[in-house]
Amino acid sequence: MTAVPRDRAVRAERPAAVQSARRIYAMVLRYLYLLRGSLPRLLDLCYWPTMQMLLWGLLTQFLATKTGFFAEAAGYLLAGVLLWDVMFRGNIGIALSFLEEMWSRNLAQLFASPLRAWEWALSLFVTTLIRTVIGILPAALLAIPLYHFSIFEMGWALVAFFFNLLVFGCAIGLVTSGLVLRWGLGAESLCWAGIFLIQPISGVFYPIAILPDWLIPVALALPSAHVFEGMRAVLVDGVFLTHHLWKAMALNLVYLALSLAAFLAIFRNARRRGALLQMGE
Amino acid sequence: MREPAIRAVGLSKRYGEVVAVDSIDFEVAQGEIVGLLGGNGAGKTTTIAMILGLLLPSAGAITVLGCDMLRHRYRVLPRMNFSSPYVDLPKRLKVRENLEVYAELYGLARPRARVRDIAEELGIAEFLDRPNGQLSAGQRTRVALAKSLLNEPDLLLLDEPTASLDPDTAHWVREYLAQYQRRRAATILLASHNMLEVERLCSETLIMKTGRIVDRGPPASLIDRYGRQTLEEVFLDIARGRAGVLPEAAQ
Repeated sequence: MTAVPRDRAVRAERPAAVQSARRIYAMVLRYLYLLRGSLPRLLDLCYWPTMQMLLWGLLTQFLATKTGFFAEAAGYLLAGVLLWDVMFRGNIGIALSFLEEMWSRNLAQLFASPLRAWEWALSLFVTTLIRTVIGILPAALLAIPLYHFSIFEMGWALVAFFFNLLVFGCAIGLVTSGLVLRWGLGAESLCWAGIFLIQPISGVFYPIAILPDWLIPVALALPSAHVFEGMRAVLVDGVFLTHHLWKAMALNLVYLALSLAAFLAIFRNARRRGALLQMGE
Repeated sequence: MREPAIRAVGLSKRYGEVVAVDSIDFEVAQGEIVGLLGGNGAGKTTTIAMILGLLLPSAGAITVLGCDMLRHRYRVLPRMNFSSPYVDLPKRLKVRENLEVYAELYGLARPRARVRDIAEELGIAEFLDRPNGQLSAGQRTRVALAKSLLNEPDLLLLDEPTASLDPDTAHWVREYLAQYQRRRAATILLASHNMLEVERLCSETLIMKTGRIVDRGPPASLIDRYGRQTLEEVFLDIARGRAGVLPEAAQ
C-alpha cells in the first residue's frame, strides 16, 4: 500500500443537467451490473413470461377447437397474458431494484451522495424498461413458431399499449416501494402481491362490461382497463380505438404524478425518522 | 476568518419522547481532524447523519462548508463523503463496479482512472474484480474507505473507520488519513471508540454523552485538565460521571 501523490482535479465541473444525467446513468449502470453478474437473475426474468405464454397458448389451442370465437381470435388470451406481464414487470422491476438497495443496506450511501430521489426514481424506470424487454421479448418471439401468434402484428398500437402498461406498473411499483420504505421489509410482500388487486378489474382476459355495474366506473379509472379494451378491439374487430389510448395516457399522467409525489413524501418522512440509516436485512 | 467546515447551532433530534441529540452547538474548523467521542447511544451517529442530511433534525441548524444543509444540501454533497460500519456497498457487485457507480454518482472527471488510482493508494487493487460480499471485514472496511475518498472530499465524515482492521492495517489507515488531510487541507470528523486513534489523529475532540456535548478541546488539554495519563481515562471519567470532573467547559 503506497500513497500516490495526486495533483490533478478529481471532481469535474459540468452543467447541472449533465451531472443529473450522469447520476441517472450511474444508477442504471448499478442495476445492469447486478443483472449481468447473475445468470439465474437473467433467466428468472424470462422464465415466468415464457411459462405463462406456453400455458395460455395451450389453453387457447384447446378453446379454439371448442368455440368459434377463439378460433377467430386466437391471440386474445395470449396477448392478454403478455401485456399483463408488461405491467407486472413494470411493477416488480421498480420494487425489486428498490428492495435491492434495502437488502444491501446501501440507501444511506446513495443519499449521502449527490443523488436526488427523483433521479433515482427515473433510473428505476429506465432499468425497468430494460428488464421488461429482456423478460417479455423471448416469450413474444416464441409464441410465433409455437402458436402462430405474433403480438407484433398489432403494430404501433402495441407500442402504445406497452408503454401505458409499463408506466402504470411503475407507478404502482413506486407506491409499494414507498410503503416498504415507510413500514420496513415486513411490508415486502406488497411489492409482489399488490398489483394483483387490480388484475380482476383491468379486464385482462374479458371485457370489463361483464363486471358488476358498480365496479365498471372503478375499472374505467384504471389505465390498464383502457389498454386491454383497446387490445381486444384491435384483435377482435381490427380497429384501434384512440379514445381508449388517450384516456389511458391521461390517467397514467395522473397516477404517475401522484405516485411520484407519494414516494417523495415518504422519502422525506424516512429522512425525518432516520429510516435511511436503519433499513436493511 | 475562514468559515468553519461545520457549524451546528441548537441541533436536536427527538424520536417521540426519546431525545437522541439534545440541542448541541459546535464548530469544526476547516482543515482539522476532529474526534467525536461518546459511548454507545451517545448521539454520534445521529449527529453525523444530520450533518450528511440523511436525517432531518427536530430543531436547530447545520451549515456545512458555508451551505445550509437543510436547504441546499445538494450544493455541498459533491464535496463531502462518509464511511460507516452501519451501511454497506452492494455485496453482489464487484468492488470495481461499486466504485465506478459511486465515481459516476459524484460526477468525477475520469471515473475509471480514479477508481484505479484510489485502489492502488488503498491497496485494494488485487481484489477489484471480486464481489464485495466475498471480502473479509477488513478488506470491506478498506473498500468503504476507498469509496469515501473517491471524490477527494473537502469534508470527510468517518464513523469507526478502523473498527474491523488488524493493528497493522489500522495504523496504515491512520497514517493515510493524516497524509490525506495534509495534502488536501481537508476536514475530517471522526467518530471513534478508539481513544488512541483519536489522540494520535485529532487536533480537537467533542465528547458526547446522552445526546449532549459534555466536553471539548484538544486531546492533550483534556488529559491535562482531567489530570489523567490518556484520553481513555478521561473518557471513562466522563462516561462514568466520576467525582465532579464534568468541567465548566460543558455547555
